[in-house]
Amino acid sequence: MSSIYVDHAATTPMLDSARTAMTLQLAQLGNPSSLHTHGRATRKTIEDARESIAKQVGCLASEVIFTASGTEANNIALKGLYWQGRDKGKHVVVISAIEHHAILDPAQWLADHEGAEVVLIPVSSSGVIDLDFLKDLVSTRGQEIAVISIMHSNNETGVLQPISEVVAIAGEIPVHCDAVQSFKKVPLSFSELGLYALTLSAHKIGGPLGIGALILRRTVEIPALLHGGGQEREIRSGTLNAPSIVGFATAAESEHFNAMNVQDLRDGFIEGLNKIVPDASINGLKANRLPGIVNVTFPGTQSDTLLLLMDSQGVSCSTGSACSAGVHEASHVLLAMGHSVESAQSSLRFSFGASSTQADVDYILSVVPDVITRGRAANLS
Amino acid sequence: MKLIAAMSGGVDSAVAAARAVEAGHEVIGVHLALASNPQKYRSGARGCCTIEDSHDARRAADVIGIPFYIWDMAEEFHDGVVEDFLAEYAAGRTPNPCLRCNEKIKFAAVLDRARAMGFDGVVTGHYARTQISETGKTLHRAVDHSKDQSYVLSVLTIEQIAGAIFPLGDTTKVDIRKEAEARGLAVAQKPDSHDICFVPSGDNAGWLRDRLGSEVGPIVDQEGVKIGEHKGAYTYTIGQRKGLGLTVPTVDGSPRFVLKIEPVTNTVVVGAREDLAVSTMKGERPVWCGPGVAEQVLRGFVQVRAHGAALPCSYFFDGTLLVAQLDEPLLGLATGQAMVIYDGDRVVGSATICETA
Repeated sequence: MSSIYVDHAATTPMLDSARTAMTLQLAQLGNPSSLHTHGRATRKTIEDARESIAKQVGCLASEVIFTASGTEANNIALKGLYWQGRDKGKHVVVISAIEHHAILDPAQWLADHEGAEVVLIPVSSSGVIDLDFLKDLVSTRGQEIAVISIMHSNNETGVLQPISEVVAIAGEIPVHCDAVQSFKKVPLSFSELGLYALTLSAHKIGGPLGIGALILRRTVEIPALLHGGGQEREIRSGTLNAPSIVGFATAAESEHFNAMNVQDLRDGFIEGLNKIVPDASINGLKANRLPGIVNVTFPGTQSDTLLLLMDSQGVSCSTGSACSAGVHEASHVLLAMGHSVESAQSSLRFSFGASSTQADVDYILSVVPDVITRGRAANLS
Repeated sequence: MKLIAAMSGGVDSAVAAARAVEAGHEVIGVHLALASNPQKYRSGARGCCTIEDSHDARRAADVIGIPFYIWDMAEEFHDGVVEDFLAEYAAGRTPNPCLRCNEKIKFAAVLDRARAMGFDGVVTGHYARTQISETGKTLHRAVDHSKDQSYVLSVLTIEQIAGAIFPLGDTTKVDIRKEAEARGLAVAQKPDSHDICFVPSGDNAGWLRDRLGSEVGPIVDQEGVKIGEHKGAYTYTIGQRKGLGLTVPTVDGSPRFVLKIEPVTNTVVVGAREDLAVSTMKGERPVWCGPGVAEQVLRGFVQVRAHGAALPCSYFFDGTLLVAQLDEPLLGLATGQAMVIYDGDRVVGSATICETA
């Protein structure tokens, strides 16, 4: 049976070069915090990797804080910047309505336990945040805002957000940006954007699972979540994971993701879909998007049925999020874009990556008619 | 065949799925999420749709080596099973929700969806057997009579039975556990589920009281004389003796039993043991699991509880109601329960008891 992977927004195949670099490092002995030869050797490897990643994202090496995941980086940034602001009497946390759960849930936690007031910035039907809303908010309540966190691009629709404009509107208010989907897919520079903080993740770019980074402006000091040995500017304690960091840096240095190629595949896929399923609609079609993500609503279907049928044809795609019980839920992103629960629950995400081919696109398009027919029949049963 | 295996997270459905794979079928495991706000952990033998159970089901599917998905049937379950359960109690009857779940969820919503998606049927871990006869596929008791679940499957139509696969009907529960162990399934020693899955506390009366209120009403004797009070007629069941809280003794000191529940007047009628005797029962909305029953009187057995005895009887269908006349009277029979007719081990059909005499 075919095995087509179109879920690169979930995770990507690990690059051979990253795997090799990581494997070699696994054989090296030495805690980077140790002062002896072994320790220094590992420390050098890590600092080489740190400089390399800094170069790729346009920041200083000292601004890179390694974490175990993008989720951890988001938590450190949002909670830390909130607590820092709260000390100055600011209690408002501003995020968009379409953030990943790794921002939505910490924000909710801050509201439930730490006295925060969370304000959600709405989005247009194209999935772009409402800058006028933000302007009004900053002009009326700017003094109360501790932190603004907006994702660089949305993980479900691929829609890019106007981060430069957000930073301009924010003025002195710290802005954090979750850029796990955008890094190495579209141009991204921490310093040019003027951000306080930015989140990266290795496994979205061909690196290993279990390693991420928080890029945090040099002079910004925020309270830690993990206390211990004081590694990573005393903001993130814990022995540094040298093999994963090396794998991360190797993936970050790689130019394997050719945005033009991926975008051509995506556009061909959309064109094919339009012919086969004329009433299918692409979410965020009118907005600037990442090259690889296509989020499609197939009226009269249910996403989880479509996923099963796609999977049984050897196509791995995604329905968006599921709750803790594993039940597929209507996407908060699509709901925020104005979808009804019903239409939000009839959507699939296909995310192409560097390893995707025209043959993948052709194959998926060849199984779509049968999948949609059966999916619609099942929905009526 | 292409089959959907309904996997609860228990040992039976796990082994059933494994056997279906071994029999050469293309099997996909599906866990039905039936509660909209599932509990995290299973408590004892209650419930079968906690998050822990869905993890157990997933793990079993992974070990067996089949794809696994979760289907959200919470709305269908609520409307078809939970609401029905409440409405039946509110109407003074004693429903069996497992039967309703088989009728409306597992072999209706799930089977219909499976068929529309191109599957041929649904595999479950029920203890029952099917056989191919001249008239089509028929439903039979499991070899392990102590675990036999043909009673709760008796609501299936011929069309539904045609799409039902029960791989465990020829084996005892003890052997299924051994087999699960041998197959490396972690659920091999998981406790059986009992009681009603959507009442996780196991306190049915309390659960009903929370939803139907606890309006005080009279407990009367057969002459209509009030001899006590109750807090919600629906918490009683026909034939119940304990928990009546009556302080007025009978003349001869003999115990009293619940004879009748009258929801309109919120009255519980009690009386002597012999007044519970039922010789004839009538059931509405009959379902035939094989060839239909006509007006001609036939000999067979009727079962009125999930694990009750098969009682010798004569039965016929009067065009509207299924009627069974017992050879020996039965004490205490609640309306709302299913009367299931057996011809030997074969399930003839069932109906919901609406009248007893």
